[in-house]
Amino acid sequence: MLKGAFLGGIHPPEMKHLSAGSAIERAPVPERLVVPLVQHLGAPCQPMVEAGQRVRRGEVIGSVDALVSAPVHSPVDGEVVSVGECLTAAGTRAACVTIAPYEDQDFEQWVRVEGRDVPSIVRAAGIVGLGGAAFPTAVKLVPPKDLEVSTVILNGCECEPYLTCDHRLMLESPDLVVRGASILRTTLGAARVVVGVEANKPDAAEALRKASDGTDVEVLVLPTKYPQGAEKQLIWAVLRKEVPHGKLPAAAGALVHNVGTAAAIAEAIDLQKPLMERIVTVTGRVARPGNYRVLLGTLVSDLIRAAGGFAGEVARVVAGGPMTGPALGSLDVPVTKGMSGVVVLGPDDAAPPVDGDQPCIRCGRCSEACPMFLQPFAIGTYANAHLWDRAGEFHALDCIECGACAYVCPTRRPLVQLIRLAKGALLAKGVKP
Amino acid sequence: MSEASPEGRFVVAAPPHIRARGSCTSIMLWVVGALAPAAVWSLVSMGTPAAITYASCIGGALGAEAVWNAVARRTQTLADGSALVTGLLLAMSMPPRAPWWMSIAGAVVAIWLGKMVFGGLGWNLFNPALVGRAFVVLSWSGILSKLPTKGWYQTIDVAGNGSLDAISGATRLAIAAADRAAKGGYGFDLAAQYQPLLFRNLQGSLGEVSAALLIAGGLVLIARGIIDWRIPVGYVGTMAALAAAFGSDPLFHVLAGGVMLGAFFMATDYVSSPMTRHGRLVYGIGCGAFNAIGRFFGAMPEATTFAILFMNGMAPLLDRIFAPRTFGWVRRDG
Repeated sequence: MLKGAFLGGIHPPEMKHLSAGSAIERAPVPERLVVPLVQHLGAPCQPMVEAGQRVRRGEVIGSVDALVSAPVHSPVDGEVVSVGECLTAAGTRAACVTIAPYEDQDFEQWVRVEGRDVPSIVRAAGIVGLGGAAFPTAVKLVPPKDLEVSTVILNGCECEPYLTCDHRLMLESPDLVVRGASILRTTLGAARVVVGVEANKPDAAEALRKASDGTDVEVLVLPTKYPQGAEKQLIWAVLRKEVPHGKLPAAAGALVHNVGTAAAIAEAIDLQKPLMERIVTVTGRVARPGNYRVLLGTLVSDLIRAAGGFAGEVARVVAGGPMTGPALGSLDVPVTKGMSGVVVLGPDDAAPPVDGDQPCIRCGRCSEACPMFLQPFAIGTYANAHLWDRAGEFHALDCIECGACAYVCPTRRPLVQLIRLAKGALLAKGVKP
Repeated sequence: MSEASPEGRFVVAAPPHIRARGSCTSIMLWVVGALAPAAVWSLVSMGTPAAITYASCIGGALGAEAVWNAVARRTQTLADGSALVTGLLLAMSMPPRAPWWMSIAGAVVAIWLGKMVFGGLGWNLFNPALVGRAFVVLSWSGILSKLPTKGWYQTIDVAGNGSLDAISGATRLAIAAADRAAKGGYGFDLAAQYQPLLFRNLQGSLGEVSAALLIAGGLVLIARGIIDWRIPVGYVGTMAALAAAFGSDPLFHVLAGGVMLGAFFMATDYVSSPMTRHGRLVYGIGCGAFNAIGRFFGAMPEATTFAILFMNGMAPLLDRIFAPRTFGWVRRDG
C-alpha cells in the first residue's frame, strides 16, 4: 500500500531502462586524475601535497580547519603531477590536485581513516551528501542541541530521470545501505530510520527488505513522482510534516541522507575507508549506458570513453540528473563526490534552446507542478522586470529549484533561471531565506 | 572528445535540460481542433454566409496581428496560434449573416484593443474575442437586429407555436418570464427545444448550431488537461441552478445562447482567467451567475459576453484571494 505522494510534481519520462539493468562495473583507471580540492558545499580545502610527491590511495591531499568542509583523499597510489586551477563541472575554475596513477592499483587497500566517534570518522573520511548537494555529512550528524531528530530518512527515491546509480547500489549492496542506516539512527539517537524508495524500483525495495530483516531499519515504498527525492517532499511523504519555512529539516524531527551516503558511512566506520570513488550513471546517447564505480577526479571525457563514446548526435551533456544538473561546456572536467551521473542528451531528448523572450500565457501549469506551492510564473515575470521585492513577496527564496515548473511550461520560459536571478538579488539585499 | 557533436560544441543552459512535449501552438491547435466539429457543422448547415463570416473573422484577426507586429517592429507572432483561436471564437459568436466588414472590424478590435495594446499574448486583461464581440454588439445592434432571417437575437424559432416568434436574449426571456408569470407558462414547450439546440439550431450565432458538439469538444480539452473542469462546471452549474431558481427550465437555459461556447471555450482562455484552482471555480460560478442574472433581468440581449468580460476583470483579484499557501509557511500536518 503506497502512501500518497506530495502535492504537485511531474512525471517526466523516466529513461532509467537504459542503464537500470547494468550491474555496477569499475571504470578503468585513467592516465590522469584531476581531483578538485572543493567537492562539497563549504570551505575549500588547502592542498596538503606538492607536485612530484608520491601519494598513497586514501592519503589526505586536501584539508582545511573549518566546520563546514570535507577533506579530499587521493583515490589511487600515484604521483602528484601538479597543484593548480582546473575547470570544474560547475563551469568555474577551482584548485585541483592532478595525480598520475601507477600501473598497478590495489583497490582493496587504502590509508585508513581514524576518529574518536562516528561524526569524526565521517568527517575524516571526507563524506558528503552523495545525492548531489554534497553537503558535508559530519555536520548533519551533530544537529543543533535544541532540535530532536526522531526519524532518520534515507533517500533511495532517485527521482531524477535517467539516473540509476542509487538503484544499483540498493540492489547490489543492500547490506551496506542498511548498515549505514543503523549507524545513522544510533548516532543521532533517532527512534526510527526509514529508507524511502520510489515504486519504480521494486527489486531494490525487495533487496533492502531482505537485508533489513531483523534490524531496526524500515523500508517504505513511495509513489513515483518527481521530485519525490527532494528533501522537504520526502519528509512530507514519510512523516506528513512540512519543514517550516526557513528552518532545518530537524525542525520537523527528520534528517535525510542519501542511500549512497549511508553506504559510504558504513564503509568508513566498518572498513575505515575514506571516500575515494563513487557510482556514476553514464547514460543517454552513449554506446554502453551503465553504472560505473568511478575514481574521484576521473575526467568526464574518460568516463564517456569508458562507456563506449557517444552514440549519435549530442546536444547537451549534463553532470547529474537532467532536471537539476549543470550542462557541461567541456568534457574535460572531473567527476566529484556529488556527481551522480553523466547524461548525454541528443537533439531530440534535450530541451530546444530558449527562443527569445516567449510570453507567459498564464496557463497555470507551473503552479500545479510546483511541489513548494509557489507561483513560478509570477516570480519569473517579476524577476524579468527586476522587481526583486515583488518576487520575494511570492516567496522566491522558498524555491528548491527542482525544475518542475520550467519542465511543464508550454512557452518554455527559463523559469528556474529567472527564479535563481531573483534569489540571488534578494540574498544580496540581505533578505533572510 | 566532442567528435560526435557538430562544431565540437555542446549547449550550455540552465536546467532542466528536458522539457515536456507541447507548446503554446499545440495548445491553441487543440482548442481549434475541439472547436472544429461545431464549426464545420455550422458551415455545412449555414453555407456561404457562414463561410464569409469565418473567413472575415479569422482573416481579420490574423491580418490585424500581422499588421500590428509589422508596424510596431515586433517579431511576428502568428505561429503561436492565438490569433487563429481569437478569430475562430469571434466568428462563432457572430450571426452568420453579419456583414463581412463588421466581422473584420470586430476581429481588428479583438486583436488590437483586446490584446496587442496590452503587450500581446499573455498580457491582456480581457478575452480578445469577447472584446471584439462586445464592440460589434455595442456598435451595430440596430443592424444586427434587422438581419435577414431570424438572426442572432432569435435563437429559438418557435413560430409553430404562434405566441412568440423567437426567444433568446435577456429581454425576450424577461418578456417570456413575464408571460409565464401572467399566463402560467411560456406559451411554448421549452423541452421541445433541447433537440435542435443540441444538434441543429439555425437561428443563433455560428457557435449555437450544436451544443452537443461544443460539449464534446470541451470534454476533450478537459480530458487532455488543457482546460480546467472547474470553470465550465462552475459556469454551467450556476447557470442551471439560477435558471431553476428563477423558475425556468435549467437545461433549456444552459443549452440556449452562448453558454456552452462561453463556458468551455471563452471563459477558459488562460490569459484572462484565474490561475488558481479555487479562483477558477469561483470565477466559473461568477460567470454563470452574471450570465443568468443578465439573461433574466438585464437589458442586453445576450449576457454571456459581458458576464465573462466582467469576471475577466475579477480574475487577478481572485488569484490574489486564492493564492496558494507556500509549503512550510503554515503548519499543516496529517
